[in-house]
Amino acid sequence: MLDNKDLLGIKELSVENINLILDTAAGFKDVLGRDIKKVPTLRGKTAVNLFFEPSTRTRTSFELAAKRLSTDVINFSVPTSSVVKGESLIDTALTVQALGADFIIIRHSSAGVPHLLAKKLRASVINAGDGTNEHPTQALLDAFTIREKKGRIEGLDIALVGDIIHSRVAKSNIYGLTKLGAKVRLIGPPTLIPREMEGIGIVVFHSIEEGLKDVDVVMMLRIQMERQGKGFFPSTEEYSKNWGLTLERLSLAKDDAIVMHPGPMNRGIEISSEIADGPRSVILEQVTNGLAVRMAVMYLLAGVKR
Amino acid sequence: MKVVIQKGHIIDPSQGIDGIGDVLIEDGKIKEIKIQNTEVRSQKSEIRSQKSNPPTPPFSKGGRGGIKDSELRTINAEGMFVIPGLIDMHVHLREPGFEYKETIKTGTAAAIRGGFTTVCCMPNTFPINDNASVTEFIIRKSLDGLCTVLPIGAITKVQEGKELVEMGTMKDEGCIAFSDDGLPVMNSLIMRRALEYSKAFGLPIISHCEDLTLSEDGVMNEGLLSITLGLRGIPAESEQIMVFRDILLAELTGGKLHIAHVSTKGSVKLIRNAKTRGVNVTAETCPHYFSLTEDAVKNYDTNAKVNPPLRTKKDIEAIKEGLKDGTIDVIATDHAPHHRDEKLKEFDLAPSGISGLETALGLSLKLVDEGVLTINQLAEKMSLNPARILGLLTPHLSSLITGPKGTLAVGSDADITILDTEKEVTVEASKFLSKGKNTPFDGWVLKGAPLITISKGRIHECQ
Repeated sequence: MLDNKDLLGIKELSVENINLILDTAAGFKDVLGRDIKKVPTLRGKTAVNLFFEPSTRTRTSFELAAKRLSTDVINFSVPTSSVVKGESLIDTALTVQALGADFIIIRHSSAGVPHLLAKKLRASVINAGDGTNEHPTQALLDAFTIREKKGRIEGLDIALVGDIIHSRVAKSNIYGLTKLGAKVRLIGPPTLIPREMEGIGIVVFHSIEEGLKDVDVVMMLRIQMERQGKGFFPSTEEYSKNWGLTLERLSLAKDDAIVMHPGPMNRGIEISSEIADGPRSVILEQVTNGLAVRMAVMYLLAGVKR
Repeated sequence: MKVVIQKGHIIDPSQGIDGIGDVLIEDGKIKEIKIQNTEVRSQKSEIRSQKSNPPTPPFSKGGRGGIKDSELRTINAEGMFVIPGLIDMHVHLREPGFEYKETIKTGTAAAIRGGFTTVCCMPNTFPINDNASVTEFIIRKSLDGLCTVLPIGAITKVQEGKELVEMGTMKDEGCIAFSDDGLPVMNSLIMRRALEYSKAFGLPIISHCEDLTLSEDGVMNEGLLSITLGLRGIPAESEQIMVFRDILLAELTGGKLHIAHVSTKGSVKLIRNAKTRGVNVTAETCPHYFSLTEDAVKNYDTNAKVNPPLRTKKDIEAIKEGLKDGTIDVIATDHAPHHRDEKLKEFDLAPSGISGLETALGLSLKLVDEGVLTINQLAEKMSLNPARILGLLTPHLSSLITGPKGTLAVGSDADITILDTEKEVTVEASKFLSKGKNTPFDGWVLKGAPLITISKGRIHECQ
């Protein structure tokens, strides 16, 4: 059983809890491979996708995961909601809870919002990405994918490449992978990698060639175009030239290294199409595994005693 | 009316008084102080010396000194410290414009409860105190208040950092300093002019030191914790760059510079060096900067969101060292009350600030308990030094200030704080007299508290 009613971040999860989620997800993955992909496990429960930031991939994944568990799901997105009428975050969340939500799946541009709601709500709060803090289900599905492909996580050399400082995916993966015993390295320009990370046993490379040497897993991060011109890097061209993943650079990694990307990708900028569509890429499997992991999270949270 | 405070341990750094004795107040002024076998009294006083009869407390009922019973109120201060009324040179009273956060009435009530007899209110109201009519409004409103309110005017019109305010006119109306607190003057030329021009009126420029371009939209101290929490950081350098700039400008102009809410080790060092060079600079810190580290925001607790942000252990150590060696002259509260609804928000969106008037003395007394400061030094930091910096030790031109403050010298305003350093008090935010219940110290047990605050001769119980 999980320790808490909420999934706020990987920081807050014990290794045992992480492994429990991954093991449970393996069972749900089998379900997804069946002809009839739906189980009655959480019939009568209600999940609400409370998304304060635009998202298609994560929201759809949560929606489908809920449906596969026979849970009713409602999408509450900001542009059509009362938030634009000036309603406070807490009031919106309490309203959603009053409608009978058992799970509130929240995405918000401010870090700590899921934590604030978790304190105020009886419902289980699932963090679907809060500012530049965490995106725990992404890290869980990434760990699940690595474990499935490599048979283990402990002892693996895993490189995260790109905009670490603004990436909640990177943060959650750093916490998760180090908790599970992997050796994590960060690759990117100094403006996008917090110096403080070196203090917590992580190796930082500013040269992608040096950083990719002999790694087992290459995890590429999306470069956000809006960072351009803000002093983080002068242009996407320059970024791509120095830190984009090409076949030549990938050849420096281990022969059986896998390539991951949380999506959506900027083809030709952080990752070349040959790699994205190539045999080393597990990018689409990540998406499928996301469903299984999110089903596992909801299933396990439903069993937590209040 | 006459009041006698008996047998208290009187501390008055302005006169070097440190001993058991009595204080006589008459018509809102200090009339006489009597320390054991010595005596400090007004030449005109008609009270005769009690030296010849030590077992009988002076000014006691019976009126040996010629005081009638009916007019005399006696306060037994045995075991207590009696110090000059505390002066907080950095508060936000929110009126006019933000009365839902605080009013002059509630803010001064909170001040009195916290042991303060004078508070200086920052100009970021609505409208902003950047002209004499707003100053006049605040002064007029403050007549209802329980303690003395001295307004601080903006440095520039609308706090835009572009055009200087009419400092002379505003001084005539009652402003005792100028500051663009919260919206620092980024233009170095304007800051230079402010430091130069204010010299004509002898009033200090109080600088909130922050390079806004470097802070950008940061919400907490920059470091591993801000990365871990996913919150945007404000580096210590953002403060230090401006501390150094303003010190250099004070040196260039000979202007009177006071640095607000020092929060970093680097700032303490810069100010110490400047003082050694003889630059006309003074500095303050706030209780939260020596009581809490950035760890207080770990739970995204918006009550611990302040600007400048809470820093690290090494900064706290440096600030204590700076208080001890005199680099930091003043402990001010930066009392910043906010409405509950505003703080119950996303961390990024919640306003910065701590409601500080009702916890400041207890938190500062901890420094005495730890041996960082003596009680004498505490009285300097919280009363004498602010008075000195703001020119309150000598009679002021403004009609508002009727007499010297920050001292128990005969003839001064009877502003006195009586405190018990042993009394333990649990902080209960919900019971604050301030409208702002926003404090990260809720539930803390503080050792030492004000018992009685006397403001212009009026006696108020603090608990």
